[in-house]
Amino acid sequence: MRHLSLSFIIGGVLTFIFTFIAILSFFWTPYDVEAINISGKFAVPGLDHIMGTDHFGRDIFSMVMVGTRNAIAVSLVAVGIGMILGVPLGLWAAGSRMNGGSLIDEILMRGNDLVFAFPSLLMAIMITAVFGPGAINAIIAIGIFNIPVFARMSRGGALSLWTRDYIMAARVAGKGMMRISYEHILPNILNILIVQATIQFSIAIIAEASLSYVGLGTQPPNPSLGRMLNEAQTMIFFAPWLAWFPGGVIVAMVLGLNLMGDGLRDMLDPKLKKRKAGDVTA
Amino acid sequence: MIHYILKRLTSLLITLIVATIVIFLIIEVVPGDPAAYMMGLSGSTEAADALRVELGLDKGALERYFSWIGGMLSGDFGISYTYRVPVSQLIGERTLVSVPLTVYALILSTLIAIPVGVISASRRGSVVDTILMGVAQIGVAIPNFWFAILMVLVFSTSLGWFSAVGFPGWEAGFWVSIKALTIPAFSLALPQAAILARVMRSSVLEVMQEDYIRTARAKGLSQRQALIRHGLRNAMIPVLTILGLQFSFLLAGGIIIESIFSLPGLGRLVFQSIAQRDLIVVKSIVTLLVMAVVMITFIVDLLYALVDPRLREGGRG
Amino acid sequence: MSLLDIQDLSLSIHGTTILDKVNLSVEKGQVVAIVGESGSGKSMTSSAVIRLLPEGTTISGAIWLKDQNISDKTEKEMCTVRAHDIGMVFQEPMTALNPVETIGSQVMEAIRISEPGLSRDEVRQRAELALHRVGLDNQRFPLNTYPHKLSGGQRQRVVIAIAISQKPALLIADEPTTALDVTTQAKIMTLLKKLVDQDKMGLLLISHDLAVVANIADHIVIMKDGQVVEQGARDGFFENMKHDYTKKLFAAAHHKLQKKFIADAAEPVLEVRGLNKDYIIGRNEKLRAVNDVSFTIKKGENLGLVGESGCGKSTLARCILGLEDFQKGEILIAGQKFNGERRLRRHINVVFQDPYGSFNPRHTVGRLVAEPYYALDNPPNSEERKQKVIEMLEHVGLSASDIDKYPHEFSGGQRQRIAIARALITEPDIILLDEATSALDVLIRDQILELLARLTSVFGISYLFVSHDLATVKNITDRVLVMKDGVIVEQGITAEVYQNPSHPYTKSLLEASPDITKSKVKNKEQLNDNIFQH
Repeated sequence: MRHLSLSFIIGGVLTFIFTFIAILSFFWTPYDVEAINISGKFAVPGLDHIMGTDHFGRDIFSMVMVGTRNAIAVSLVAVGIGMILGVPLGLWAAGSRMNGGSLIDEILMRGNDLVFAFPSLLMAIMITAVFGPGAINAIIAIGIFNIPVFARMSRGGALSLWTRDYIMAARVAGKGMMRISYEHILPNILNILIVQATIQFSIAIIAEASLSYVGLGTQPPNPSLGRMLNEAQTMIFFAPWLAWFPGGVIVAMVLGLNLMGDGLRDMLDPKLKKRKAGDVTA
Repeated sequence: MIHYILKRLTSLLITLIVATIVIFLIIEVVPGDPAAYMMGLSGSTEAADALRVELGLDKGALERYFSWIGGMLSGDFGISYTYRVPVSQLIGERTLVSVPLTVYALILSTLIAIPVGVISASRRGSVVDTILMGVAQIGVAIPNFWFAILMVLVFSTSLGWFSAVGFPGWEAGFWVSIKALTIPAFSLALPQAAILARVMRSSVLEVMQEDYIRTARAKGLSQRQALIRHGLRNAMIPVLTILGLQFSFLLAGGIIIESIFSLPGLGRLVFQSIAQRDLIVVKSIVTLLVMAVVMITFIVDLLYALVDPRLREGGRG
Repeated sequence: MSLLDIQDLSLSIHGTTILDKVNLSVEKGQVVAIVGESGSGKSMTSSAVIRLLPEGTTISGAIWLKDQNISDKTEKEMCTVRAHDIGMVFQEPMTALNPVETIGSQVMEAIRISEPGLSRDEVRQRAELALHRVGLDNQRFPLNTYPHKLSGGQRQRVVIAIAISQKPALLIADEPTTALDVTTQAKIMTLLKKLVDQDKMGLLLISHDLAVVANIADHIVIMKDGQVVEQGARDGFFENMKHDYTKKLFAAAHHKLQKKFIADAAEPVLEVRGLNKDYIIGRNEKLRAVNDVSFTIKKGENLGLVGESGCGKSTLARCILGLEDFQKGEILIAGQKFNGERRLRRHINVVFQDPYGSFNPRHTVGRLVAEPYYALDNPPNSEERKQKVIEMLEHVGLSASDIDKYPHEFSGGQRQRIAIARALITEPDIILLDEATSALDVLIRDQILELLARLTSVFGISYLFVSHDLATVKNITDRVLVMKDGVIVEQGITAEVYQNPSHPYTKSLLEASPDITKSKVKNKEQLNDNIFQH
């Protein structure tokens, strides 16, 4: 790996902080997130409650910690689903296309288009309308939407690799489509997949917050950043910190992941480096 | 060209048909007995039976699917279970808020993003570029509903300029309504504009490396002229894809934004319907939105052909 | 004073020296060719003249064009110079034109920039004339044609039309025919020469191939590592070469390898009988890429398969490698029918053109070279395998310590050696060399050909040498097949085919093929036949 880019360092540090907070919340939070203390409601951020308290007197910082953990958990599983199902599908589509089976490729890609017609929110609305609300809905809705993203990306990467001579050499040695996909294609598209995964992760965090905000995601009493913002909305005029902190955490977390993704892309993409050197001056 | 349109049109129809089947399966088949579900725990068996007949649930799934599709084609979306009025009527009024909001946001997003992306790319590495892309990086990270809440806070309270919430209705006048939609559309558009600006910038940078830009420069065009005359149209090709995808995000995002600004759009209706277990309304709204997304994909495909002559002959790009 | 006079031109990019005190000049109506291998700085010299340079470039020295030192000019003034005085043709015609604009609008734009005062009709007429002059007839190629409708050669003509439409005093052509077939190459070269004569332009021609430019240049400049090593008038240039490097380049251009004769009695290792391969294009439409092809390769024999792009030679190669199905006929390897069967794969292997794309960048040389063992039912154990890989690496001139390195640590020529080691590891009967030396610089190419010739006597191996380059095939093969539109139009002993081609296509290929030993005068006579005046 070449020298670390500034974006990667900033993004990595932010991501590390939030991951740490999420893991810490399993063992310790300043207050019990479900502890209601009506006499201490609407405490302004200060020494006792660094992010203040809400209308039930619950500690915002503790809720933000657990909310961060929930957001990361939902996003991790959702992006995981997208990768585990999407990447093999994409590799299969590309492999079939390059080995004379363009029908399979065509069907898989039309399936992808179909999923793209259902933004996560619509999927979540349908699932919730039928099964009732819950964090699982958010995972399924976001996860399904991630499948075509990874399928397309790995298909595109694989298609360009299938024409390479080293794939030809492997075929001349008698290796089959599965073996080539696993041995030669996957390792060489892993870079772009990792970069995409960080981007999808950040999109999933926003999606989880949106779904929870409209009540289709994580359910009370389990804290979630999105729902905290929903509750804050009616009290925003006299207790604006209720909106500042959960929102700020979402922004910082997403920013961190995006910066890390950008930094990774710059570091992993030798083409970009070459391009920079080959520019035409203004 | 005609071959290309026909091909796209076929794929549009297939996607629509499969999408309606998916919606039908999730809402009417998977739950088992939608009527009992819609009645909730309090409902009596007789009432549920009556509803079953009213919804036509006593018929087979295949027959129900075709009568649903047939009904939609003639503008009949069924009767809302909670409001007891035709769904088409319920949706009709609200579409007049949701669709203009989405289109408005799309226009704003494009108008902001394209110039920002081009300016950033043409001054790559400069202070302007660093600032614009820094702002875009943060813009991408902001959830639009949170941004909307902050906008309400800033405009209605701190600045006190005008009420950021509520909608007077189109009969109150075009400009008044547009004004009421401006802040919601802006909050909706900004995060998408940030994404689009980044795509535009990298697309322009990519295009500026192409050999034909060098050819144009060898003719005696300056870097700037070469960018405007030869770069932009080519740079728009990947941007169009993103624009198409963004429409569906904006449509979905609009549903959320509407409730923050108390706009009487599809968003509020769909969440009320979920709460009231009114599956007929939910089904209709989801179907409409999916159709809108698919239509936009089709329009984007047509725009591709306009921008790129290689597609007009029906060959693969 | 000369039209173009480059004095002590030095150039560096981010501190790395690319050019070191280059001096050369171009007269009106003169063709000056700069020849050198990749990295010699030849292209950078031309980019410096038109000043389209990478970021972070610093220049010193003077560039005089029409008695003005253009190296002092501002970027804005350079735009005017580019519009009026310099025309440029690039290497890659497939990407040099804007795909979303018509060829007419791209030529007309150039005219409007150089002469803003012209009326719309005048611009149109001038564009039509420019396209007509480069051989694109306005009936067949109207102004509203899009570039994707044109072949590589036709697109290069459009680029030339753009350049000459501005009536430049100096034309720069940077490897203008490298991406094109030989026959097209010859036509484009003839066209350039004709235009230079008619318009009395100066032409600065950049090429990696001495043979290509030897016939049309008036003056030859040899570059190496950013310096001019030798230059002089074309007439007498090859008789009085002073510098060793020039002599090596010249020798490589018409190298003869020592070949042994193959007895008729030798057993066949590959037989192709009546092979047909069709591609389905659209409804009910078929393209016969390979049409009734039959030939035999005997043990130890080197066979050449020559043809231009699109003739079907690559498809034929893929069929022989068992990578593609075919409709009719049969392929016999080691006397058995072969259509991708794994047990026969050990008898055939391949070396590809691109030394950079031939290896999985994430595998070590040891793993890469051993890959063909996959075809064996009982592959050797890892220790034997390692010994064998080392043995093969040493055969191709690499060392045992290279086994743990990754491909990116090697140069293009070294990678081609690794590819040969990989092809040899199962000790096949036949190796298919698919343009295996086309991407290499001349001197490296020469070394690889030497290596291949040596290996054939060590291992008694046969080669099927697939190439577009007649000169290379001539040097290494015993027999040659000439392919056109899927059909073998001629085959025979290489020397005989080259001396007395019977098929007209072979004749035209040989005529178009650049040959350094052809006399320049004869070439000029040929040119005159083709010139038509306006």
